[in-house]
Amino acid sequence: MKHPILSKCLKAGFVGLVLLLLYLPILLLAVYSFDKTDMIGRFQGFSFKHYADLFTNSKVLGMIGNTFLLAFIAATLSTVLGTMGALGMFYCKKRTKTAIHAVSQIPVINAEIVTALALAVTFVAVGLGKSYFTLLIGHMVICTPFVVLSVMPKLKQMDNSLYEAALDLGASPFKALMQVVLPQIIPGVISGFMLAVTLSLDDYIVTVYTRPAGFETISTYVFNATMKGNAHTAVTLSSFWALTTIIFVVIVLFVLISNLAGRKKKEADK
Amino acid sequence: MKLPRFSRKTLCIPYAVFLVFFVIIPMCVILFYAFTDRQMHFSFSNFLRFFSDPTKLSTIVYSIVIALITTVICLVIAYPVALILARSKLKKKFVILMLFVLPMWINFVLRVNALRELFNLLSQSEALSWLENANIFKTIVGMVYDFLPFMILPLYTTMLKIDTSLYEASADLGGNAFTTFFRITLPLSMPGIMSGVTMVFLPSMTNYVVSDMLGNAKVTIIGKFIYEYFGSDWHMGSMVALVLLIVVFVSTLLSGGFKSEENVRGTNL
Repeated sequence: MKHPILSKCLKAGFVGLVLLLLYLPILLLAVYSFDKTDMIGRFQGFSFKHYADLFTNSKVLGMIGNTFLLAFIAATLSTVLGTMGALGMFYCKKRTKTAIHAVSQIPVINAEIVTALALAVTFVAVGLGKSYFTLLIGHMVICTPFVVLSVMPKLKQMDNSLYEAALDLGASPFKALMQVVLPQIIPGVISGFMLAVTLSLDDYIVTVYTRPAGFETISTYVFNATMKGNAHTAVTLSSFWALTTIIFVVIVLFVLISNLAGRKKKEADK
Repeated sequence: MKLPRFSRKTLCIPYAVFLVFFVIIPMCVILFYAFTDRQMHFSFSNFLRFFSDPTKLSTIVYSIVIALITTVICLVIAYPVALILARSKLKKKFVILMLFVLPMWINFVLRVNALRELFNLLSQSEALSWLENANIFKTIVGMVYDFLPFMILPLYTTMLKIDTSLYEASADLGGNAFTTFFRITLPLSMPGIMSGVTMVFLPSMTNYVVSDMLGNAKVTIIGKFIYEYFGSDWHMGSMVALVLLIVVFVSTLLSGGFKSEENVRGTNL
């Protein structure tokens, strides 16, 4: 480069600009979530009104609770199913493994709406209708393949002779699996679980197609409320500003803490 | 009764059964509905209706165009960002990458809502009042905003794998920045471009949440189409879904299959 400083500035400026645009809407809401009024544009005065609205409305609290409970249950079940699946596939014959893996990829690459429609039509056709069970299955269909995808690489890296050694030393296959194999793949299991949680929290389409009547998550509730406008919802739309801000802060804290914890662990390992 | 000996292979049975019941069978059901009429008799009527109706075909073309524009804009923004980050010698570049991924963890409806509020604010000023009815523009901006990280991550991971000595070799052999880019960087980052493009193109063709919330429900894409048919005509809805399914599989085959290493959600960072 002829002008190393200039090109460095340009690069930093470009990356900074894209980041700014990415965060602008969220920061705007974060600022106005502390405003007295429901208008974005002129800050009228500091208040916690929108936060109070959010936390005193039982309907909103209910849908937040629904969202997180569903994500937790769906992610836990998906993690168990996906980890077992990945383990089983790893030890299967090549042909079986390829077949299961190919089918497992279908929900990953498929458009979510096709998965959702296919599930909904099937559930109604076989008489299952729409219930919490079908909703849970829907979420598991989109989460479990991602758990498998994050456990698989850890299995490939694993030292296989340790399992043989455990068997030679008299451990039962099940015990060897739990005490020797599982600890080696646990990072993949944890990241699979986290991935499943975020996928489930984020989901709108599968939820809409498979949920029982009256069941709302953050996605469905906020979508309906924005489409219908202020007059038709139990809360003013501005309380969603508060919700967005809270979620944003929680995520930032989570990332910071997990990074710090990771660094501490690295230092301890030294 | 003696229990059968525990085998590690049996662990995959629950998952295999789950996949058969909730992935394979639903796909067969879609196929069945797509090629039957309301009396459940085999027929090609949905197929013919779909491909002879100009409004349906134009919606498809329209969604494809919107998705293409979104994908190209994402690529144009993401490629330099990924390249700058991948080549940067900063120790903390991981943190900057993290900043790009972080908004993805906010519920996406809330994120689109935030963008909507920003647009509302901007359209209040006189110079930008045209924004209020620029439904397609807002939809495309919204999709770029939402799907940009899906493009950055696979690009970044493939660019990190490029051996930097190749750049030096190119410079030593007299290649200028231009030839180095077109003969080395671009071809070697092709797998990343492919998976980024598929990760952005598909949702921007089908995710009607963005187009409804930002386009005042006036922008109809294929996803919305399926949703509307779900209420009235399953057979036709299944047909549209089947067409989408075929598009997905053809594009996956063309791009050489999905690479599981390029974990698009960034938790394996």
